[in-house]
Amino acid sequence: MMSWRRFDLPNDREDIGRFLPWLVAFMVYLSIVALAGLLALERMTARWDHGVVGTLTVHMAPAATAEQNARRLKDATDVLTATPGVARAEPVPAARVAELLEPWLGPSVRDADLPLPLLIDVELRDEPEVDLGQLGRSLDAVVPGTAVDDHRSWLRRLVSLARAVEALAAAMLGLVALVTVVAVVFATRAGLAVNRDVIEVLHLIGAHDAYIASQFAARAFKTAFKGGLLGFLLAAPTLFAIGFFAARIEEGLLPRIEFGPVHWGMFAAVPLLAAMAALVSARTTVLRTLGRMV
Amino acid sequence: MAVQDDSGGAVVRFENVGLRYGLGPEVLRDISFSLMPGSFHFLTGPSGAGKSTLLKLMYLALRPTRGLISLFGNDTSRAPRSELPQMRRRIGVVFQEFRLLDHLTAYDNVALPLRIGGVREDQVKKHVMELLAWVGLKDHMDARPPTMSGGQQQRVAIARAVIAGPELLLADEPAGNVDDRMAVRLLRLFEELHRLGRTIVIATHNEALVRRLGHPRMCIEDGRLEIRPGLADPAAGAPSVRLAFPGDSEEFA
Ligand SMILES: Nc1ncnc2c1ncn2[C@@H]1O[C@H](COP(=O)(O)OP(=O)(O)O)[C@@H](O)[C@H]1O
Ligand SMILES: [Mg+2]
Repeated sequence: MMSWRRFDLPNDREDIGRFLPWLVAFMVYLSIVALAGLLALERMTARWDHGVVGTLTVHMAPAATAEQNARRLKDATDVLTATPGVARAEPVPAARVAELLEPWLGPSVRDADLPLPLLIDVELRDEPEVDLGQLGRSLDAVVPGTAVDDHRSWLRRLVSLARAVEALAAAMLGLVALVTVVAVVFATRAGLAVNRDVIEVLHLIGAHDAYIASQFAARAFKTAFKGGLLGFLLAAPTLFAIGFFAARIEEGLLPRIEFGPVHWGMFAAVPLLAAMAALVSARTTVLRTLGRMV
Repeated sequence: MAVQDDSGGAVVRFENVGLRYGLGPEVLRDISFSLMPGSFHFLTGPSGAGKSTLLKLMYLALRPTRGLISLFGNDTSRAPRSELPQMRRRIGVVFQEFRLLDHLTAYDNVALPLRIGGVREDQVKKHVMELLAWVGLKDHMDARPPTMSGGQQQRVAIARAVIAGPELLLADEPAGNVDDRMAVRLLRLFEELHRLGRTIVIATHNEALVRRLGHPRMCIEDGRLEIRPGLADPAAGAPSVRLAFPGDSEEFA
């Protein structure tokens, strides 16, 4: 339609219309960051659900000699592999244990002859469920001083926390959308009031309400899209920065925060969605307001 | 559907129309008349008599306090809001205070009725350029109304009123801001529309102009209307402007 290219209405001079692109930019920025958080958390919790929840760690106090240590590890591993429900039980090599402790104890942990704990990585099957109390007692009988670390209970808590954060992010997205729509409705109403004379002339010349509505809608779309694009351009470096710092901090517990083309497609769709929402809100507002006139 | 009445083919019919603004006195009282297609009337009366008010009733900017107004055979009081644009497109109006859109160029102002009617842009350009040339504003097509003189604005307003070839043309003091030579030239536009079978009402208090053209006149005094016949043979020569309007081919094939 020609009205997409040309506006019969004067440019917004009212404050609310001038501040709309900035508001949309901010809202789109928030939405994209929230959406990114949502996607990252989703992936993280999925990984925890499938990967880590089915694992546990057995640890034992070290003995005096390496031979005794190997003996202890073998005895405990034998008990574990004989237990129904255990898929895999593997002693963690001493070098790997030192590596895991290095962040806490410093680089000297590799050279110093410190008594490092003995660890066994255990992977569980879904069925049959392993009675961890019973398993702990059998292990303790073979190798005194053995403890079983169940990742499941605290990981479940972590997962439910992550789910709560996800819900929060989703609610924020909804709120942001609502604020944007309300802002567009108010800006459109202000525009209708300011341009009352122009609209009356358009009506007297024979314009339908839909013609006037399409003018407001086209402008709202353009304004929101401009703001949304700005929000997107600001959000992109933020996401890269978060990914960069997360990659330095975590290692281990948190998976890498990286976004693929599909994710970037979703982020790029946010300004477009904001512009569409603005278009529909403006159009509806004009049709409703004019429809109430005589 | 529009409600058809028994207006006998009249373009405009008033029946006992009265109008008051708010709680004020009745500005118009018991106005009854019919305008047949192709008629040309001047609307005269002292300042404040109600000429603009009568025209506003005709172009649907005001609703009568009482009485019946029908346009093109449709009872306007019973027409739903959604049908008003279609009726208004058949009416061209030169507003007394022009009511041009200040942020649009002269070209875009004149083009407005065509664009609202969905006319193709190449057609819009052809007709707008032709008309701007006729009213002597070809060199000002990119000017915005606030930078134009009163006379220039008036010519833009007239061009906008006639561009779509309206069936009914209502002009409120269209020659108030131009010299007599330009007034005669602009009136030729109205004559040309008249020649094409359109119905014309021009409010003016330029007696010279009224006498020169010799059309019948509607006089308002004390809120009442009286129609006086004009000269049998209007003194105006054959109009020297030939305009074609978009939509003519469909409507008058
Ligand atoms: N919007 C309005 N509100 C109240 N009174 C009005 C309004 N418009 C016109 N009037 C009054 O109605 C009368 C007729 O005005 P108008 O139709 O403009 O006269 P004319 O065009 O013949 O000069 C005048 O007394 C004027 O003061
Ligand atoms: Mg007047």
